Amino acid sequence: MNAAAFAAGSLQVGAVDVVIVGAGHSGLAMSHCLAGRGIDHVVLERGEVANAWHHERWDSLRLLTPNWLTRLPGMAYDGEDPDGYMGRDEVAAFITRYARTSGAPVRTGTTVTAMTAEGTGYRVETDRGRWRCRAVVVASGAFGRPCVPRLGAALPEGVAQLTPYQYRNPDQIEPGGVLVVGASATGLQLANELQRAGHPVTLAVGEHVRMPRVYRGRDIQWWMHAAGILDQRYDAQDDLSRARGVASPQLIGSRERAIMDLNALTAGGARLVGRVANVNDGKVQFSGSLRNVCALADLKMGRLLATIDAWAAAHADGGSLPPAERFDATHLPDKPTLGLDLKRDGIRTVVWATGFKPDYSWLKVPVLDPKENIRHNGGVADAPGLYVMGLPFLRRRKSSFIHGAGDDANDLATHLSGYLDAISDQCGRTRFECTS
Amino acid sequence: MDAQTQLRVDNGINVEALLGAREALSKMPEAARFNWRATCEWVNGTHARSTIDSFFGLGEEQMHRMAHRIDSDHPELFAAEDHGATPVEIVLAGLAGCLTAGIAAVAQNRNIQLRSVKATLEAGMDLQGILGIDGDVRNGFDGVKVIFDIDADATREEIEALVAQSQKRSAVFDIFTNPTDVSVMVS
Repeated sequence: MNAAAFAAGSLQVGAVDVVIVGAGHSGLAMSHCLAGRGIDHVVLERGEVANAWHHERWDSLRLLTPNWLTRLPGMAYDGEDPDGYMGRDEVAAFITRYARTSGAPVRTGTTVTAMTAEGTGYRVETDRGRWRCRAVVVASGAFGRPCVPRLGAALPEGVAQLTPYQYRNPDQIEPGGVLVVGASATGLQLANELQRAGHPVTLAVGEHVRMPRVYRGRDIQWWMHAAGILDQRYDAQDDLSRARGVASPQLIGSRERAIMDLNALTAGGARLVGRVANVNDGKVQFSGSLRNVCALADLKMGRLLATIDAWAAAHADGGSLPPAERFDATHLPDKPTLGLDLKRDGIRTVVWATGFKPDYSWLKVPVLDPKENIRHNGGVADAPGLYVMGLPFLRRRKSSFIHGAGDDANDLATHLSGYLDAISDQCGRTRFECTS
Repeated sequence: MDAQTQLRVDNGINVEALLGAREALSKMPEAARFNWRATCEWVNGTHARSTIDSFFGLGEEQMHRMAHRIDSDHPELFAAEDHGATPVEIVLAGLAGCLTAGIAAVAQNRNIQLRSVKATLEAGMDLQGILGIDGDVRNGFDGVKVIFDIDADATREEIEALVAQSQKRSAVFDIFTNPTDVSVMVS
């Protein structure tokens, strides 16, 4: 196999068996697994390794998973704070070190502009020339672009609007009230930070996932890992599309291992309202479903803790554990606010923590569904030799976490290797010749 | 839950048909577009009679098995003759019917046998709104309270989860809790 230049046309930079798009943790984990199988590949990266962590995350962001769980194939956390949570810069450094120690063939500063099917393989156009390959692994991330609801356009001009990609720290925010839209990990962390910086915060709450940071003396992620919840498979889910659409849990990685839920925010003064239903003439209307979305999340947390308790009773040394705990139901106002006049209420800024979508604008292979998601079965996309990684519940509940990349990369590398062998056998030539 | 228990649970809901419809409609989004209709004729005073018989769905005109009629009127203390429920009460009945149907369907899907489901609804309204006495008072309800009394083979948490899931998937709950664009014209 030969990754060197293939001199056909001035723009052609090379031909390889596999192109991996994206040098974040997923793409690098896949690179490691392909290298272990002797499969020729290249990793194309628009910016630098761990680009999103270097450039698109707010200053205070920490991982939701503890350090001891932060691992990639062939590398685990080896620092002095296994129970801590890596900050943004530490994550960037961790992934960068991984790329270096695993010798991943990364081409940085190379933006993929188009990918099309060609023969039995693919042609990948970049701003630095063209690659030909027989298989592609899309590891460009689940969070390519922030989603902002269309009704954002109806907000009055004097109100600043930010997405989590534009937000860095509270210094950016004008004095005055802030409406944070969205109650996932992102929304709660930003609401908390802005509230501590002195802004009156209103939080618009839709469906969300509530869980305590520490339960019965251990990190909630320890329990979910130990009880096998994080390893639950995609093909064992009753409603996979729902499981894949679940928001990130209300957690924060902090030194104090504090609980970050709606009760913590309202104790600090935040006002809870329902999800944003409409914007008209400077007025924002909120859904009357606040009680139910909180009831759903409280009940779901209760089921999670009951599952953990049952597992603990069966497996752990129950005697040495602190007793089972249950937490207060979400505290709600007697009369939730259904509408706000932004100006009259002093709200100067709206933060859209309303989720993210992958950016597949460069993907010219017909594998996107009407909602512009790649049709795939556990990461095996609906086109021969095309794979995707790093999406929520791709193959397992942990798939979108750093520590979830290893098992997925191993499974998909095995599938990919079999695919390359099969197409080589089919045309009776070497792998490389099959691309043309 | 063992297979025998699953067989015994019968809330009169054909879950396979519902799941089949979901599967089919996810592949044919056009067929999922329904239009619901009602016609209404004034009788006399505040008494009116609505008729509901046809709707559009699955790509074609559909008919109810028979035409359904709903009389609406107002109580005698409104100087009316009380030939039917007040329209706002009919709206409450719509919410109750929708949530109750949802509970039955979700319970069937979760293999929970229902024995009885009773909803009690109450909605506050300040008449100073509709009478034009105080412009700051809205015409509609200032809140709706629904209390479900459910007897089922399930824990309290499971029953609460049924009720929560039913709200999450309810059309009328959505209509109540979110703004809807309404256009009223003269033909």
